[in-house]
Amino acid sequence: MTLVLGIETSCDETAAAVVADDRRILSNVVLSQIEDHRAFGGVVPEIAARAHVSALDGLIRRALDEAGLALSAVDGIAATAGPGLIGGVIVGLVTAKALCAAAAKPLLAVNHLEGHALTPRLVSGMAFPYLLLLVSGGHCQLLVVAGVGRYRRLGTTIDDAIGEAFDKTAKLLDLGFPGGPAVERAAARGDAGRFSLPRPLAGRPGCDFSFSGLKTALRERAAALPQPLAAQDRADLAASFQDVVGALVIERTERAMGLSGKMPLVVAGGVAANGALRRRLEALAAQHGVPFVAPPPALCTDNGAMIAWAGLERLQLGLVDPLDVAPRARWPLDPLAAAPGAKA
Amino acid sequence: MPQPPTDSHNPKGAPGPARRLRLDDLAATAALAGHLATAVSAGDCLALSGDLGTGKTSFARALLAALGVDEEVPSPTFALVQTYQAGPLAVAHFDLYRLDDPDDVAELGFDDALDTGLVLVEWPDRLGAALPEDRLDICFTLADGVRMATLRPQGSWSHRLDGLPP
Repeated sequence: MTLVLGIETSCDETAAAVVADDRRILSNVVLSQIEDHRAFGGVVPEIAARAHVSALDGLIRRALDEAGLALSAVDGIAATAGPGLIGGVIVGLVTAKALCAAAAKPLLAVNHLEGHALTPRLVSGMAFPYLLLLVSGGHCQLLVVAGVGRYRRLGTTIDDAIGEAFDKTAKLLDLGFPGGPAVERAAARGDAGRFSLPRPLAGRPGCDFSFSGLKTALRERAAALPQPLAAQDRADLAASFQDVVGALVIERTERAMGLSGKMPLVVAGGVAANGALRRRLEALAAQHGVPFVAPPPALCTDNGAMIAWAGLERLQLGLVDPLDVAPRARWPLDPLAAAPGAKA
Repeated sequence: MPQPPTDSHNPKGAPGPARRLRLDDLAATAALAGHLATAVSAGDCLALSGDLGTGKTSFARALLAALGVDEEVPSPTFALVQTYQAGPLAVAHFDLYRLDDPDDVAELGFDDALDTGLVLVEWPDRLGAALPEDRLDICFTLADGVRMATLRPQGSWSHRLDGLPP
């Protein structure tokens, strides 16, 4: 039995988890989801590396306690080493290094995106290869996951991440926070056909995404209506936005399916919780006769279990990192696609 | 270092004359960015303000391109800051939209970035007292389908736009 402790601090979440090689999640602790998170230092970290600092050791203790393990019982310690907000990444990685040095354990420096990419294998033992659509607050990418460390990026957003587009739409329409669920709720009461919005990059070659122009268009449509916006107007705008985003994602994903050849379709990331988007992706996979997998929401948003699992897969392949490995604010999964001048 | 002249209405230094430019398309944004790219250097701060969807990030992207950065320029909203190397010039692109405590700015390394390179900052109002006195304010607006950029030089910027085309 191989056990790995995983630490995630690359953005807004502080998280720790323990997973086993038989795909059991022994613990999965996420600070913002703990009701009494004040006991861990007072604030859910948003920006501040110091908030990760004050919360992290208690959270690791809790993850080990819930797993019923002493630190000496784990076989490796994994931490997100990037990409992300560098202060938070440093806190998690340095903590993992210190634990590794103190307990004589191997260090696994995990790419946050790899954590998302390998989650379907933790959830359902999915075999390589598969096509991954990663949709979150910070990312929007299409990747062929061919093996551990073997990723081919087919497309990415050239401007805003998809979750950011939802959040800012919620803000523009004054729908509340968090933006994703707020837009989805409003859209459910709205008429998606009322407003015609642009479809950036639709029909263009490649699989890149663009959402920035939608924000501007939405703003102009909203400004042309009587102010303050009526509830129905806001619902119709939200529905039109969600519909056009869904259509864009489907169009780009279908294009990626054509490039990748027939393989299962996986969606991951916080925006995968959007029911409307999930239904459209499910229908797309069915139409192409490929399996569709969406990890449960708790494993789609940022968490420690995905980092522990990616670390475990790397450990099994002997891909251990030295203690002087550097954190990286920017760390594309597919270095070729992200090289200067490269166009996906 | 000589202090910029001050007056009672503007204790942070006399602003130069404001310029209003109409940005009809991305080419107009690129042209403005191209002119400013010749004027900026390490230690400069461009404060990009304006509501959501008015073109702040598009301008930042155009300026980075004009400076020779050919990497992807993602929206910095989620990561709060993205850094670039434009030849010898380090550029930090901040987006403080998600920030509500000015104390957090220090943790993002704002001062360090300003010491060592060019800083582009979106939502500069979140900076509070950390807003540099020497800066070029660029305010973006979008009304009735017309996008405008208003340039307001502050502090040492007051004469630095003189050589730029109108």
